[in-house]
Amino acid sequence: MEENKSENLNHFEKHRHPDLSFFEKDINKSKLVLVGNPNVGKSLVFNELSGMNVEVSNYPGTTVEIIKGYYLNYVVYDTPGVYGVSSFNDEEIVARDEILGADIILNIVDATHLERDLFLTQQLIDMGKKIVVLLNFMDDVKRHGIEVDLGKLSQFLGVEVIPIVAVKKVGFDEIAQGIENAREGVQREGRHSSLHSMLKMVGSQAEALMILEGDEFIAKRHGVPPGNARDEIYIERRNRVNYIVNQVVVDVSPKKRYSELIGRWAIRPLTGIPMLALALFLAYLFVGKFVAQDVVNFTEQQIGKAHWEPWLREVISRIIPVSSWWNALLVGDFGIITMTTTYLIFLLLPLVTAFYIALSLMEDSGYLPRLATMVDRTLSVLGLNGRAVIPLILGFGCVTSATITTRLLGTEREKTIATALLQFVIPCSAQLAVIAALLAGAGMLPMLVYTITILAVLIAIGTILNKFLKGESAPLLLDLPPMRIPRLENVIRKTIYRTYNFMKEASGWFFVGALAVGIAQITGFLVYLEQLLIPLTTHWLQLPADASIAFIMGVVRRDFGAAGLYHMVLTPMQITVALITITLFVPCIASLMVMMKERGLKEGMIIWIGTWVVAFFIGGLVSHIVI
Amino acid sequence: MLKSKNTIPLNSATTGQHLRIASVPHGTLKAQFVRLGIHEGEKVKCLERLPGGTIVVQKNRQQIAIGHQLAKQIMVVVLGDKEK
Repeated sequence: MEENKSENLNHFEKHRHPDLSFFEKDINKSKLVLVGNPNVGKSLVFNELSGMNVEVSNYPGTTVEIIKGYYLNYVVYDTPGVYGVSSFNDEEIVARDEILGADIILNIVDATHLERDLFLTQQLIDMGKKIVVLLNFMDDVKRHGIEVDLGKLSQFLGVEVIPIVAVKKVGFDEIAQGIENAREGVQREGRHSSLHSMLKMVGSQAEALMILEGDEFIAKRHGVPPGNARDEIYIERRNRVNYIVNQVVVDVSPKKRYSELIGRWAIRPLTGIPMLALALFLAYLFVGKFVAQDVVNFTEQQIGKAHWEPWLREVISRIIPVSSWWNALLVGDFGIITMTTTYLIFLLLPLVTAFYIALSLMEDSGYLPRLATMVDRTLSVLGLNGRAVIPLILGFGCVTSATITTRLLGTEREKTIATALLQFVIPCSAQLAVIAALLAGAGMLPMLVYTITILAVLIAIGTILNKFLKGESAPLLLDLPPMRIPRLENVIRKTIYRTYNFMKEASGWFFVGALAVGIAQITGFLVYLEQLLIPLTTHWLQLPADASIAFIMGVVRRDFGAAGLYHMVLTPMQITVALITITLFVPCIASLMVMMKERGLKEGMIIWIGTWVVAFFIGGLVSHIVI
Repeated sequence: MLKSKNTIPLNSATTGQHLRIASVPHGTLKAQFVRLGIHEGEKVKCLERLPGGTIVVQKNRQQIAIGHQLAKQIMVVVLGDKEK
């Protein structure tokens, strides 16, 4: 055993890929890796094992996070949910490398979806890994009208199968013993000889299988050509899994479940659109009304502006004289320290938290995949598939965080389109509140003109990008998880985790942006820019000269721009034109920074400059029609 | 495989039909389909067909949404009552 291990280690060293360096720190501990399909309760098991001592890091070269904890003498890794081990996308690549480096695998399986989940289980077994299966959702099994023969399942797989109910922590006491008993399962004889000769070449059964299954990355790592037997191996495995499922699952009473009915309503446009409206309305009440107005009003005004900023100013002014430009840069109107901290902590933090709560609720209930299915065809006009609905909806909360979420889209092309739509047309919640208030005061016709214009621009931009961007967008292929009532604990954990990551990403960039604006103000560039815009504002948009200040403020923070219009005397149609322009106008500094990081400097700048052009062009066009 | 008069692209199936998969596109897509249990010879039910051709198929307790462009590339045979 010990010998075997050191041999493995040598092998590991010899073939080490630079990306695997994160394993090194815990080289003396055994690696326990949690593997499973999406939404099978991996995180709940992970949290149980590792407690609060969790490290999160970005997997090198990808945007996927690795979550690591400790349990007894093991270092425990949580992996992204995958349907199989291969290299089709970033999540799979990360999961694959963690699985390859694992000593013991805890495979979490959804007992109500054995057909889907056991494909991964069988693949792990075929890789020759020591595993133990945790069969989750055992309480749902009865409700689904099925029975699972655990003894037989364990016999067929050749590994221990532990029934659990992760949300209720049922069966968790058995996990420790299960890990001790982890062993290699029943591997199929058919592939033995080809696997054996590949094994001789690469030194690890798991990697040998990956190569036979045509994994180009692993093949390249060992300098051998990838195999071409994937389809055969997969179909063989699929048939084996179907056979096992037929043997161990008994349908007792295939009755219709209530949640399934709701799930189907969510997909059909006739019932799904009202459901979406209801979901958005509830989200609006919580995020847009409660948090964006009541909570933020308290945190930003009462804490930030009334106490935090004056305190900061006083402290800084003791060190740096008030009259110096240093003082202005740090704690002035656009002070790097004052503006960014107030903005980040007292405005963005509550908003983003609220949005992630709403998103996690929609996600964990199984609603989001169904919404994505319903809108798939519609979004395909814009060159997107249904999954893009997630960043687009998030954009109404915060365009910055939504821009980060475009990562989940399949191709670069889709990421570009979704990012452009977000930055051009989607108003964030900070802006939305001001827009809604101004439009409500302006009347019915302005509201109509505004909505139609914005929608038309959205469709136009999507269609144009779809036509001219090279390549093809990925089609929708989505496994719909069952509708479930979200677990509060899980929602909270997800929210904290996502909010933390968002703040980590956006904060630094926001400081940079604030610095740029601060310097622009001190050097007089900001005023110069305002002057430059006045002719455009008065002649082309037919608005008062003051409006140019509102636009420039909009560069810093979108709601500053809209709020600047509050104090101006404008006709209802002037309000419409101003709001259209502000909505289409450049995103805030933070989202510009995040966009440039996500999409690159060139693409970011093209989109940013594009928003200037489109905003003034469309604004002026509407102005000459309605005013 | 199994070319017959009843072979149609999946996107023109109708809600409620029972189908047998005749062919799926090749390459990595095929691997993904096989993993989800959709490959030649498998029987599925068209749970929903949305306007525009997005299809939701059901295989036992599993539901899978397939975009219309992808559904076009999957050939299926419509099964009669006896073959379900």
